[in-house]
Amino acid sequence: MKLIIKNGRVIDPANNIDGDYDVVIDKGVIQSVTPSGKMKEDSTAKIIDAKGCIVAPGFMDMHVHFREPGFEYKETIESGCESAAAGGFTTVAMMPNTNPVNDNRSVTELMISRAKAHGKVQALAIGAITKGLKGETLSDMGDLKEAGVIAFSDDGRPVMNNQVMRRALEYSRMFDLPLIQHSEILDLTHGGCMNESRISTELGLKGMPTEAEDIMVYRDIALLEKTGGRLHVAHISSGESVELVRRAKAKGLAVTCEVAPHHFSLTDESVRGYDTNTKMSPPLRAQSDIDAIKAGLKDGTIDIIATDHAPHDLADKQADYHSACFGIVGLETALPLSLRLVDEKVLTLPQMVEKLTSRPAEIFKLDQGTLGVGKQADVVIFDPSEEYKVEAAKFKSKSKNSPFDGWPVKGRVSNTIYKGKITYTK
Amino acid sequence: MNLINKDILGIEPLSREEIEGILDTAVSFKEVSTRQIKKVPTLRGRTIINLFFEASTRTRTSFEIAGKRLSADVINISASTSSAVKGESLLDTAYNLEAMNPDLLIVRHGVSGAPHMIAKHIKCPVINAGDGAHEHPTQALLDLLTIREHSKQLAGLKVAIVGDIAHSRVARSNIHAMLKCGMEVTVVGPPTMIPVGIECLGVKVLHNLEEAVAQVDVVMMLRIQLERQNEGLFPSFREYSNLFCLTADKLKNSRKDILIMHPGPVNRGIEIALDVMEGPHSVILDQVNNGVALRMALMYLLLGGGSETDH
Amino acid sequence: MNADEMNRAITRIAHEILEKNKGTQDLALVGIRTRGVVLANRLRDKIAEIEKTTLDMGILDITLYRDDLATGKDTPVLQDTDIPFPIDGKKVVLCDDVLFTGRTIRAAIDALVDFGRPAQVQLAVLIDRGHRELPFRPDYVGKNIPTSKEMRVKVQMTEEDQKDQVIVIQPEEKTS
Repeated sequence: MKLIIKNGRVIDPANNIDGDYDVVIDKGVIQSVTPSGKMKEDSTAKIIDAKGCIVAPGFMDMHVHFREPGFEYKETIESGCESAAAGGFTTVAMMPNTNPVNDNRSVTELMISRAKAHGKVQALAIGAITKGLKGETLSDMGDLKEAGVIAFSDDGRPVMNNQVMRRALEYSRMFDLPLIQHSEILDLTHGGCMNESRISTELGLKGMPTEAEDIMVYRDIALLEKTGGRLHVAHISSGESVELVRRAKAKGLAVTCEVAPHHFSLTDESVRGYDTNTKMSPPLRAQSDIDAIKAGLKDGTIDIIATDHAPHDLADKQADYHSACFGIVGLETALPLSLRLVDEKVLTLPQMVEKLTSRPAEIFKLDQGTLGVGKQADVVIFDPSEEYKVEAAKFKSKSKNSPFDGWPVKGRVSNTIYKGKITYTK
Repeated sequence: MNLINKDILGIEPLSREEIEGILDTAVSFKEVSTRQIKKVPTLRGRTIINLFFEASTRTRTSFEIAGKRLSADVINISASTSSAVKGESLLDTAYNLEAMNPDLLIVRHGVSGAPHMIAKHIKCPVINAGDGAHEHPTQALLDLLTIREHSKQLAGLKVAIVGDIAHSRVARSNIHAMLKCGMEVTVVGPPTMIPVGIECLGVKVLHNLEEAVAQVDVVMMLRIQLERQNEGLFPSFREYSNLFCLTADKLKNSRKDILIMHPGPVNRGIEIALDVMEGPHSVILDQVNNGVALRMALMYLLLGGGSETDH
Repeated sequence: MNADEMNRAITRIAHEILEKNKGTQDLALVGIRTRGVVLANRLRDKIAEIEKTTLDMGILDITLYRDDLATGKDTPVLQDTDIPFPIDGKKVVLCDDVLFTGRTIRAAIDALVDFGRPAQVQLAVLIDRGHRELPFRPDYVGKNIPTSKEMRVKVQMTEEDQKDQVIVIQPEEKTS
């Protein structure tokens, strides 16, 4: 069915478009993007009036945990995709820490086919760097690539062994896929559950120092400089790590990185009160880290925004702070939290859209993330000024573990369109 | 006198006035324990549950005696946390106990914040009897009571807290309590046992015991957990006690009326020498004695005035 | 009741105590906080004047024995109890300022017997205003003042209130 999105402000960073345009979609692809009001009436098309709204390429979240197979009580690929669509996402990349781990073709194929069957979101798979995420033996990367993975990661667990990481960087060069590292020196964070700071001292919780992140980011960059290959630093949270990436980029190394919205929205102050929805890894950091992250977003050191959507059911979170699981859901709060960056003038609106669309597409070599004519019609329409309160209970995700529940926010998705079909309507 | 919150989860949320009110009340309760019949009918028919997820003899017994001297029915429950107990069962335990209508829950847990979580989900008051490395409010209050018995006023007194500050809830509660009461606090220990940012709380940091005790009116030694050696926080007990064991020799430059405290149980010869522990400056047994009165006072203040639901 | 009347009443009570107990043998005074303690102090001074002996005296805070703790909203401030002598075999004169429902006396007697077994407990009050809810009868009374239940009887004594007087407050006065 033909779809016309009229009167919206179209932001398509890949094509340098920012202005009032009408977008015509048919047969699953973008047919035309023309200045508003110049289009002929078309009674056969469904019209979406996007007045006051932004029309952008569908968002891409290159870091989600959909828990299937293995932990379907927390999330399934289906519920995860529903959550993604509600958040304005048309593409997500699923981390391999499932059970069984996605370190082999059969799991990859299962995950991808589940997502295709649901059909509302392009859910891509990330394969494990090492078998069983154990950090010992490399997974069959060639076979995984053929099965469809778009990157490798042992996310949730860092590759601790230097030699294994070096081999992984070298070996992955054959496939030109990035390695996504969860940077954390485990012996420095053992038993930790929040940022190490005066607040962890006051609360009597074991800290996870920023050095644990910095040292691994430094190590990986040092290795990369020799081995070649591509390194993508997951959920960067430490100011020093941002600086390390900045310097590596200046040297021309193939390093990219992402930040999760909670790491630029909350500090470790919010751990006071022991709300387990403030427990994530890497942990919420200090204000100085947030400032450095914002500077990194501004100057492009931080390439993309990715949610690290990590659903956990009530029992996993309704525990004492030490025993509770790490992580929060993020897909349905990513837009309003990212828009705060625009309000704070850290990013322009097109820059924000870029970090959620064309830039991730570029890094992960996906022919998407733009509204170019002839491209797959993945579109999000959102009202950047609608004010409301976050209601976790209404999330499409199976899990409601969000520290942003009850927050007054601005910016809401009104429609998500995937392959020319409306997958979400407010 | 009324307390502002329904629970006593820590010293940090208490005001100086509340702390002083609790101490004044505790002074009046000391007399009850000197009677031949050490019992008053104040909390007759009330049920107090001691819910201990971590082993304790002294604190649990102190709470139990305090409750019994107020005529409450005191029930002890020891729950193990050894097998990575999930929060669900922690809350389940609390819900199940609440269904039996206790009037007060006393909780000790190995994880910081666990009593806070229980308090958030149940209606009856909760006293934190020690949570992880966070707070141990009744210990700090009884420590202040003990100090106040020996010095006219708390304000202006200088205290050194010595040992594993990083892992000590006694240290944290005492730091909050002492600073609120206008005392000056210095924490002393090897840098591996001094947590990040402790000076932001308003304390001084020293690494030399002899230097520290020469400056203070009160020295509070903390217990060294024997398993800390395996974590590499100090090389050996021999080395630790050489540097940080309070001996007569290390006290040679201290005030003549210095008070020596220890929350117990003591590792004799590791953090404190036997002769110092049993010497004239030691008020360690006064601390234990004051613990009962202090806990009676808190029970009275939390339950004595009745509760909203009684009307 | 003004200061002179109060003084005369206390003097009379002192004489009555001595008369009834045939001297000061085994006699002790226990004041109930707060103004019962003042009364006990004054009785001790009077008796010392008359007999040249100073009686044992104790102070009782009955807060922990009250029967209305669970129903009150505020937690009453607890003060020290101090009975510095063995009460076994003593003739104890409990002293309080106003006798009203009798509940305070019940609490005081309960408290007292936790300290031992007195030979006798007697009761001295400055004012008896009636309306007993428990079967108590005072042995020594300064003055009987008939009141309605809603009235308030306010005893002021120099040691606590800068002057000696007893005033009866009508309920409507209270609210105005």
